[in-house]
Amino acid sequence: MKRRVIASMLAAMMAVALTACGGQAAAPAPAEPAPAPAAEEPKAEEPKAEEPAPAPAAEEKTEEAAPAADAGELIRVGIINNDPNESGYRTANDADMKKMFCEENGYEAQFAYSLKNDEQIAAAQNFIQDEVDYLLLSAADTAGWDSVLQDAQAAGVKVILFDRTIDAPEDLYEASIVSDMAKEGQTAVDWLASQGLDEYNVIHLQGVMGSAAQQGRSGALDEKVAAEDNWNIVNQQTAEWNAEKAQQIVQSVIDSGDKFNVIYAENDDMAKGAVAALDAAGISHGVDKDVIVMGFDCNKWALEELLAGNWNYDGQCNPFQASYIDEIIKNGTPAEKVIIMDEKGFDAKTITQEDVDTYGI
Amino acid sequence: MDKNSVLEMRDIQKSFPGVRALMGVDFTLKEGEIHALMGENGAGKSTLIKVLTGVYTKDDGHIFLKGSEEVNIHSPQDAQRLGISTVYQEITLCPNLSVAENMYIGRGDGSTVNWKDMNQKADKILQSLDIPTTAAAQLSSCSIAVQQMVAIARAVDMECKVLILDEPTSSLDDQEVAKLFKLMRDLKAKGVGIIFVTHFLDQVYEVCDRITVLRDGRLVGEYEIADLPRVKLVSKMLGKEMDDLSDIKGEAKEYSKDDASEKVFEAKGLQSNAGISPFDFYINKGEVNGFTGLLGSGRSECVRAIFGADKVIGGSVSKSGKPINISKPIDAMKNGIAYLPEDRKLDGIVGDLSVRDNIILALQVLKGFFKPFTKAEANKFADEYIKLLGIKTASADTPIKSLSGGNQQKCILARWLLTKPEYLILDEPTRGIDVGTKVDIQKLVLKLASEGMSITFISSETDEMLRTCSRLIVMRDRKVVGELKGDELTQNMIMSTIAGGESKE
Amino acid sequence: MNTLKKITSNQMFIPLAALLLLIIFNLIMDPGFFKINLVQNSAGNYVFSGYLITILDMGSELAILAIGMTLVTAASGGQDISVGAVIAIGGSVILRVLCGTDPRPEVLKAPIIVAFLISCVVCMIFGAFNGALVAFFRIQPMVATLIMYTAGRSIAAWINNNTLPVISPAASETFAYFGGFIPGIPIPTPVFIAIICVIITMLILKFTNLGLYTQSVGINENSSRLNGLNPEFIKLMAFVLLGLCVAVAGLIKVSRISTINYSVIAKDIEMDAILAVALGGNALSGGKFNMIASILGAYVIQFLTTTLYKFKVSADALPAYKAVVVIFLVVMSAPIVRDYLEQLRKKMAASRKEAAES
Repeated sequence: MKRRVIASMLAAMMAVALTACGGQAAAPAPAEPAPAPAAEEPKAEEPKAEEPAPAPAAEEKTEEAAPAADAGELIRVGIINNDPNESGYRTANDADMKKMFCEENGYEAQFAYSLKNDEQIAAAQNFIQDEVDYLLLSAADTAGWDSVLQDAQAAGVKVILFDRTIDAPEDLYEASIVSDMAKEGQTAVDWLASQGLDEYNVIHLQGVMGSAAQQGRSGALDEKVAAEDNWNIVNQQTAEWNAEKAQQIVQSVIDSGDKFNVIYAENDDMAKGAVAALDAAGISHGVDKDVIVMGFDCNKWALEELLAGNWNYDGQCNPFQASYIDEIIKNGTPAEKVIIMDEKGFDAKTITQEDVDTYGI
Repeated sequence: MDKNSVLEMRDIQKSFPGVRALMGVDFTLKEGEIHALMGENGAGKSTLIKVLTGVYTKDDGHIFLKGSEEVNIHSPQDAQRLGISTVYQEITLCPNLSVAENMYIGRGDGSTVNWKDMNQKADKILQSLDIPTTAAAQLSSCSIAVQQMVAIARAVDMECKVLILDEPTSSLDDQEVAKLFKLMRDLKAKGVGIIFVTHFLDQVYEVCDRITVLRDGRLVGEYEIADLPRVKLVSKMLGKEMDDLSDIKGEAKEYSKDDASEKVFEAKGLQSNAGISPFDFYINKGEVNGFTGLLGSGRSECVRAIFGADKVIGGSVSKSGKPINISKPIDAMKNGIAYLPEDRKLDGIVGDLSVRDNIILALQVLKGFFKPFTKAEANKFADEYIKLLGIKTASADTPIKSLSGGNQQKCILARWLLTKPEYLILDEPTRGIDVGTKVDIQKLVLKLASEGMSITFISSETDEMLRTCSRLIVMRDRKVVGELKGDELTQNMIMSTIAGGESKE
Repeated sequence: MNTLKKITSNQMFIPLAALLLLIIFNLIMDPGFFKINLVQNSAGNYVFSGYLITILDMGSELAILAIGMTLVTAASGGQDISVGAVIAIGGSVILRVLCGTDPRPEVLKAPIIVAFLISCVVCMIFGAFNGALVAFFRIQPMVATLIMYTAGRSIAAWINNNTLPVISPAASETFAYFGGFIPGIPIPTPVFIAIICVIITMLILKFTNLGLYTQSVGINENSSRLNGLNPEFIKLMAFVLLGLCVAVAGLIKVSRISTINYSVIAKDIEMDAILAVALGGNALSGGKFNMIASILGAYVIQFLTTTLYKFKVSADALPAYKAVVVIFLVVMSAPIVRDYLEQLRKKMAASRKEAAES
């Protein structure tokens, strides 16, 4: 009898736990808008400053959409994104989406977050059953989306991909708004080549292996190293976007006594971890110092490091796709389905406080 | 191999770290006999059984079964396949499965189960053995006795040649024992060889044909039952001549010194959530009293309520006239009450801890979290009581679980004596332990009482209680139904009070 | 033969043997592994540098967690898988208190000690939450802590409104000391923090009955209750103490990089902490424990990790190597293997004896 009571209690607890977790995932949606706009207020201006063309258009659309909203004709969108806690990039991206897809702009938005492909697919199916007008998707994984997108097409739900592309026929989605990671990598490697060092001994800190960002940002460097005699890889390892792991890897290279003069980290966190190891060993880094430090994503704190001359380069990965999507929804499908966003690379020598405020996420 | 034997074990050797458990033991079981395996705790009975059933692998020696060459038994499955079935003292079935499932689990040849067939077959066996349960009942809903019988039914249905009953009767009442004996005789008539391990001498003489006695891991001898009177058997087991078990009876009255002037502990309308009716109780300084009644009559529940082991839901208690509050064991302990629980394995020992830690545990808890004993102090306590109670252990560092049952019990007793309690409750302190230790414990109880300790003593063996207690509280159906003292303390009076006859007070 | 047996049956044998194996491997592959240099760090102080220092430095958090995890394992017979997530919470609390609502403060809003103490309290509350589920609701520890494992990082992010606060050297030089170096002292601060934690733990184990009580409860709850212990309270206490360890580890973690990344900080550290307990030869089913063995186990794991980094094994392959260690440990501690080895030993002894006699 006692056993049974315990068993049922356990079951109840599990249920509570599950709903708690479910609630957890859902909670940010209603809870976030309050702080998010506050925190993102200055940044919301950024896409406008940066992309003068689409942003005003979006604003006009907003005004046009307002009467529609009054008539109760909200456009229903289901947004599937990665967990906003994943990175600063994702936090900024999510805040941008929430700011754009709100009732004032004529939208009724539902959000689902997961870092797992299967959970995302399940969420997509829910949205399709819910008969949303648009499904906005940042997929965790490139594979496995064909059938659910076919379902969407059959149900008349239009799909727009943002940030991440997938392995599916182009006719299954309206548009794909992405960063070109390979281009980001190329910009960075070109910048590095322009520094004119005699020899490039690079510690290459990679992101989670197989992710689009890792593949794109690694590709350009790998090519360059293969092509040039004076470019060497001292150590190439994945630190899985993790500062602590990056610190350990760089520490390991320092301990081994191998010479290096470039840290090519595929995100800002890893660059920060690497710098922590350099500092501990008294190796100078930054503008006109022994080691060149490169990062990606343009976190605000990272750009500040550039401004202070502690780092040398940071590549942008634009998280603000919402205005592009809004443009497509209100103006119709573009001719070219894949839209590549503008992205910059910042040099510590030329960066200004204004850049930090404008592009820092 | 003798052609009448179903099993022969020759020169079996087995040792554990620090202990030689079996040294060249021989054992022969004939077809259609009930063979008692006797010895004190730690004599090697359990080890021998476990070697035979494949739980342990023997270090050396040979085992022969009828109709086959030498056999090697490496696992319980091997033993089962060879027709050796065992019913252990502790139930080894799965309480959350049904009776039928328990009877057929781990058997059969394939993965498919015909539930209907299985239930029907099980029901038939249960009926033929007169076991009061049904195939579909969940095992945990049956009493311990019935669970034990289900275990036997399972063994019987396996067409075994050798059936081992390891202390099967320790939790059965007389009626159930009688039923079991009938069953054993039936099986004997069918030619099954039965090895019967028990501490109850009466039962040995009632049902067995031959006796093998072990002592300290060695074979003492093999005897026909007629050639070995009780007293001799006991002396063989103890390895010393002993005048008579009843000696102690004379001592009892001398020791017992009931000082009625002071009620050390008194309870009024005490009630716990374990389902006993509220009861009144008291004990005087230097008194030995006891709760008696059938198994499950609420004896243990009463003393658990006194100690705060179950949740107390009503009544008041006082110590030497002053009201006290006992809601959990630590309260009782602080008031000088000690409790040796009924189930040694489940509630008594802390298996992986050393003998030393087990002995000092209760006193340590009383002393407090921030005041641990030094190693030297702990050793002193442990050594003192190991010597005082004659605990057989390799050292004070030995984990208590590797000791024999009787020695474990002595450790628990030592634990409580160390707290110098004013009032000591002993719930079945002699269950499942050997004759020698039983006598030791009874003597100790009387000695402690003579020194002024109040003791409540519970035992399933009425003669033990008659020997030690000067007052008995009789229970029936979770109610106190009577109190016996002085001349009333006879077997007959107890029986009739339990049965609810007119001789009730 | 007997001394050999004594050595192999000692609980310290497994972690020590593993450590020895790693040392020998590195000696053969590259003796330079053991070199320690005195270098000047970027703050201008002379500090020691080398693989051994790295191991001691990076192993600190794990050693501290192993202390708490050992207690939880002993008392509850299960493990807390939420420690990584609660480190994120603890770290987030520290930054929240220090930074207020400004992600990049010019000056600290509160003294570091206050932030740390608040983080301790918060982590102990989360420990108490886990402990209450285990002790009072009798939920399996792994299942109970699954809740915080799932929700913890989101809570951590929520504490700071999803922003990533950074404490720049301009705001506080001191903050980086906890995960780096104190000027003038050439040994990384985390090493000292770990040593202090270990010493405190040893003192607690010596001058209180924590060890006896937790083991007793872990082995036999019923007996413990009947001996006047309160098993629920002791389990709860084990989880709360683990919470305290988590808070200390969290401070080191955020101090190392002066910021936090909610989703990756102390990622998978729970598995390493559990592995440390297992590597210390402690039964994961609870009961008896050996604290020193667990702590040693933690450093062995860091030794392994650093060795693998040295040989440029990629970080995502590390778990596979650790899995090999786990498999080896589990198999070696299985009763069936132990019996077999015991018999083998006896046979060898017997044949040797025969040989000697003939």
